[in-house]
Amino acid sequence: MGGVRKDAQDSLLIGKHTFTSRFILGSGKYSLKLIKAAVENAGAQMITLALRRANRGGRENILDYIPEGVTLLPNTSGARTADEAIKIARLARTLGCGDFVKIEVIRDTKYLLPDNYETLKATDVLAKEGFIVMPYMYPDLNVARDLVNAGAACVMPLAAPIGSNRGIQAREFIRILVDEIDLPIIVDAGIGRPSQACEVMEMGVAAVMANTAIATAGDVAAMAEAFKKAIEAGRAAYLSGLGRVLEDAAAASSPLTGFLQEVRDGE
Amino acid sequence: MANNVAPIEHMTYMDGMEAVSSDILERTLLAAGAYDPSRYTSADVRRALSARECSSEDFAALLSPAAVPFLEEMAQKARRETRSRFGNSVSVFTPLYIANYCENECVYCGFKRGNAIRRSRLDAEEIEREMKSIAASGLEEVLILTGESGGMSSVAYIGEACGIARKYFRVVGLEIYPVNSADYAYLHRCGADFVTIFQETYDTERYRVLHPGGRKRIFPYRFYSQERALVGGMRGVGFAALLGLADFRKDAFATGIHARLIQKKYPHAEISFSCPRLRPIINNEKIRPKDVGEAELTQVIAAYRLFAPFANITISSRENARFRDHAVNIAATKISAGVDVGIGGHSGRTSGDEQFEIEDGRSVDEIYNMLISQGLQPVMSEYLYV
Repeated sequence: MGGVRKDAQDSLLIGKHTFTSRFILGSGKYSLKLIKAAVENAGAQMITLALRRANRGGRENILDYIPEGVTLLPNTSGARTADEAIKIARLARTLGCGDFVKIEVIRDTKYLLPDNYETLKATDVLAKEGFIVMPYMYPDLNVARDLVNAGAACVMPLAAPIGSNRGIQAREFIRILVDEIDLPIIVDAGIGRPSQACEVMEMGVAAVMANTAIATAGDVAAMAEAFKKAIEAGRAAYLSGLGRVLEDAAAASSPLTGFLQEVRDGE
Repeated sequence: MANNVAPIEHMTYMDGMEAVSSDILERTLLAAGAYDPSRYTSADVRRALSARECSSEDFAALLSPAAVPFLEEMAQKARRETRSRFGNSVSVFTPLYIANYCENECVYCGFKRGNAIRRSRLDAEEIEREMKSIAASGLEEVLILTGESGGMSSVAYIGEACGIARKYFRVVGLEIYPVNSADYAYLHRCGADFVTIFQETYDTERYRVLHPGGRKRIFPYRFYSQERALVGGMRGVGFAALLGLADFRKDAFATGIHARLIQKKYPHAEISFSCPRLRPIINNEKIRPKDVGEAELTQVIAAYRLFAPFANITISSRENARFRDHAVNIAATKISAGVDVGIGGHSGRTSGDEQFEIEDGRSVDEIYNMLISQGLQPVMSEYLYV
């Protein structure tokens, strides 16, 4: 594989917005007072915000902990249908959270698998309303194509069940999305280690979103930095063009095309 | 299905009680009836602790006496599961008792009809005053409770309370007497999203003895409350056995099976467990949890977590501060704060007596600071009403 074409800064383009960081940080599951350090160590320019967690200011408000200049990515967690996701997205916009929205529609409380059908419906409506829609989805090529047609700004397949830290269980399907979908593919769930983040970046995904792996680490800020480095390394490797991997350790002792030489020698 | 259950009085519906089409009662009682906690060995417990997915057999082993020597391992694994699913978040809420009239005669309950306590019912103005006072503490989730009296605390009355609650809180839960799905739908429209029903005990014979009168006597109607609530559009449902009424291991097992079967049938439903033990009540100091000590309660909580990693677990103010502080470090994800189980107590105008004695009367600030000091993140609102 040869090197990949890019602009001078290798920017990530989502909608009409460009980012130099390819690490989207989650803000759930850990102490609010650690968010600032995590964002800084991650070098993240975008952070998710569960609207259901953003309180009305009576006590600690998560919005107060997010550094200025970082793009908010409100998500629709808690939505079980397209209609609920649409309501939450509109509420986020009303509250001044901007036009970005990450669609999460989940109606399975055990495995938290996204409902692709409802996600597609919500994407269709919200994209028409001018939202920059980032849909979280189960990696299905047909649905990904439909999301593109519906106006999504990127496609966010899971690598494994959310919160599981089980790594790249959906490797082959993510690879197919990278091959076939022209929008940025952002791996969104299941990445448990920096090395796995690096691997998906090597595969050519445009960015990684992580939360649980960082939130449950012994040192949240240090793990955020480890992910940053891994994502950068994976991106650099992808851009450089990975070297060939030999499938077998040695060539066959009896070449299959040797007979061609024998024929020529006999002529 | 309720129609297939033996036609004993307490297993037969009264007029007006809605019967849902379901086999979950049969399946739960079958599983609970077959559960013999003494049958399990340490090998079963080890297998359960090493399983990636905790089966009902694993759950049975974890609740058995054979698991007692493994309590520390259970707690460690439960903590890992809790952190993986919930991070370090712990939701904080408070219960609000708006009435304590009751038509039931539950032997162990302070609210029971015939117990000489001060009865009261808050009117709309008083409810609003209580809620305003609670909201001022920074809480955004409230659990509305009544005694079980459809006459004194009608669905319309509770609906009005939900409507007031929506003005002050983002999450409204109910712990009221069981109603039909149409009534749950009405209460959902009024603003409630969660319903908790304590089955008390899943031992039907023990249930019959402990519930001599009132609508609560009807075991299957109570059992199917969660299904009716979900059919009515509620987001989530809570389950509990009042540990100490019967064999607590069997009751905890049945509670877990009941919740798991509901989650399978309604995969979108948010599931939660409460883990109450018997508490002394006014006019009866002898009501105590007997064989359910703190170690046993810890075992139950850890087993719930391993069997249902997705479920919220609430730790009640029936337990003391020390125990609750540890429970949130193992498996509990919801904790009440600023609790007053009398009527009118939040605004300093108590007009009715409490249902039971509480052990942890810490304020919202105190609970908040306790969580922060343990490196946990208090969460005031985990849901949006949509």
